[in-house]
Amino acid sequence: MELWFTEKHTPNVKFSIKVDRQLYSGQSEFQRIDVFDSKEFGRFLTLDGYMMLTEKDEFIYHEMITHVPMCVNPDAKNVLVIGGGDGGTVRELLRYPTIESIDLVEIDELVVEVCKKYLPQTAGCLGDPRIHIYYEDGLKFVRHAEDRYDLIIVDSTDPFGPGEGLFTKEFYGNCYKALHEDGIMVNQHESPFYPQDAYAMQRAHKRIVGSFPISRVYQAHIPTYPSGHWLFGFASKKYHPVHDVNWVRWNALGLKTRYYNTQLHAGAFALPNYVEEMLEDVEP
Amino acid sequence: MNFYYSQDRAPIMEALERMKRARLVPFDVPGHKRGRGNPELRDFLGSRCLDVDVNSMKMLDNLCHPVSVIKEAEELAAQAFHAAHVFFMVGGTTSAVQAMVLTAVGRGDKIIMPRNVHRSAINALILCGAVPVYVNPQMDHNLGISLGMRVEEVKEAIRRHPDAKAVLVNNPTYYGICSNLREITKLAHEHGMMVLADEAHGTHFYFHDDLPVSAMDAGADMAAISMHKSGGSLTQSSMLLCGPNVQAGYVHQIINITQTTSGSYLLLSSLDISRRNLALHGKEIFSHVIDLVEYARDEINAIGDYYAYSRELVNGDSIFDFDVTKLSIFTRPIGLAGIEVYDLLRDEYDIQTEFGDIANILAYVSVGDRPKDIERLVAALAEIRRNYRKDSSKLLKAEYIDPIVACSPQQAFYAPKESLPIDKTAGRVCSEFVMCYPPGIPILAPGELITEEILTYIRYAKKKGCQMTGPEDMTIRNLNVMRSDGTKSLPSLM
Repeated sequence: MELWFTEKHTPNVKFSIKVDRQLYSGQSEFQRIDVFDSKEFGRFLTLDGYMMLTEKDEFIYHEMITHVPMCVNPDAKNVLVIGGGDGGTVRELLRYPTIESIDLVEIDELVVEVCKKYLPQTAGCLGDPRIHIYYEDGLKFVRHAEDRYDLIIVDSTDPFGPGEGLFTKEFYGNCYKALHEDGIMVNQHESPFYPQDAYAMQRAHKRIVGSFPISRVYQAHIPTYPSGHWLFGFASKKYHPVHDVNWVRWNALGLKTRYYNTQLHAGAFALPNYVEEMLEDVEP
Repeated sequence: MNFYYSQDRAPIMEALERMKRARLVPFDVPGHKRGRGNPELRDFLGSRCLDVDVNSMKMLDNLCHPVSVIKEAEELAAQAFHAAHVFFMVGGTTSAVQAMVLTAVGRGDKIIMPRNVHRSAINALILCGAVPVYVNPQMDHNLGISLGMRVEEVKEAIRRHPDAKAVLVNNPTYYGICSNLREITKLAHEHGMMVLADEAHGTHFYFHDDLPVSAMDAGADMAAISMHKSGGSLTQSSMLLCGPNVQAGYVHQIINITQTTSGSYLLLSSLDISRRNLALHGKEIFSHVIDLVEYARDEINAIGDYYAYSRELVNGDSIFDFDVTKLSIFTRPIGLAGIEVYDLLRDEYDIQTEFGDIANILAYVSVGDRPKDIERLVAALAEIRRNYRKDSSKLLKAEYIDPIVACSPQQAFYAPKESLPIDKTAGRVCSEFVMCYPPGIPILAPGELITEEILTYIRYAKKKGCQMTGPEDMTIRNLNVMRSDGTKSLPSLM
């Protein structure tokens, strides 16, 4: 018997992982949640059939979405994470003892429960007293916050389904308002490769450029996401993600990472020409 | 009513299913023959859609003369809407409003109506030659919206025009405001006048106890219902409801004067299916809508400056009741005209609202909306306030402009006319409509005197970006007015 998980990366491209067994399947108010075990990628979580994380490659995504902004501003004390109910982003943030408080806003409580039970690798940290979990709409939460955070990490699903509102101009604008005067927002920024993802990527960039004075995009290689080439957005009120960085200071923290390092940080902002062009197309 | 037909049936839809199973060979119209003759159209709309785009036939009944499944569907609708008779309409609620007016009045007859009626009602007067007697809908000067008719004003209009044949009432207005329909109906009936209700925005009144009284429950004689608005059917499908004292056969003749003889089964089945859905689930559907709108109103009012109004406006007369499913938002305190907020929402935030006027926007909330969409609207409004707020003192306050009716709409429309630059038209009698669309309520109607005050309003609305419609000159630089030599001086009918 062979059991395979398949996700369509486009209507004409399939990505499959051989499944050892299915551990969980459930339907929340917002989405279908599944957890599988596999030989190649270990345990993995899917939402509405879309790959969220695997035990094998989640470190790339979670290190890149946290250490880049934390290296730019190691003094960040109050952090807001929107989405990210699997706990991976928070796990990386908790490695900074200087962070005082993390608000985690996840719309779907069941995602957190399922991850706590089946994905301790990422969700094991969620009991930490510095974390405050809010189960509500991210857009609504951020609308009520003003001048409150040093860093906002938007660890969202794709711009269809429950994460839809997190790719909108009103969301980015409200994030701007919720940040301190030197605040940084980092977001999951889709992929430049397949047209549907690229379209979402361009739209998100256009809206962020309209909301923040500094808006750059950086990349990472994530094997289980469509095309493997994935982008993050770095938006900031004050600090440039490469020019305003004290590399020595971050290295002195002595954090051991598997993907991230400061040379890679600087290099990640150097994008392929076709990606630069796509971004420039939507810049004013 | 056949005893075995209950509200969980949908006779037209069921007949279409039977027709599909019969696999008829179509040697009749439409010529696309279930889409085979037009593959691009079939790919775009879907084959299930084109499979039922068929013509009247024995098993599907005929809208011009319903005897079987359409009749049964109309009877079920009559039961659901507490009416004596229902007509399915395929020409929009415009056709339903016109059928009502044409039924009630003929050439030279008077009809009492508020000035903020939809253009379709005045258009009906062009067709039949009846004369409007306008009742001043009261104005909320702060919000800049026209309200309902006060009972006293209707009483006064009846006293001055005891020969009027009918009273037309908006139930509710586009903004959700209701007149005292029961009292107006009682008054009109005491004087032998029919009561017609434009319920284009009130379909849901029939299905929830926390909403204003519906026309049929208030005893009105006829009501035009936009099923495609809050009722969920396809655009252009509508219903005309009749009370027990209306000659349904005569109404039918009136409808058939202008209604197509090829009534679309897409529209008819959508009416049938939507009626079933409302009859079975209307209460929970509109409870959900009310909850969504109440939440949105609270959140929008918490942003500051904006005013999403509701029942607190009710004053027992010109605002006798308020439809809480309407999310009308007063924008002037942020220094932006409603139309400007409407444009920002669409252009900058990808949010399309129903309309913006000079001081308000209306967000149409229905069964199809999700909480996360409401969050987007609220968040975008908060952002517009943060980013675009201006000094509000320069904005024009809307005033009710009492129309001066110089002659009947029909007389003005067909009279010899000339086209003049709009600035040179003050003091002349307009022979066409000028309106902002939506909501499609005329600023000027045929037969009305053009004044400087009206021209100022038109110029302001144009400047703010309102979509102006009506005149023959679509750029609205020129207006058609009655030729001075063609106008006999007529006494004002007001």
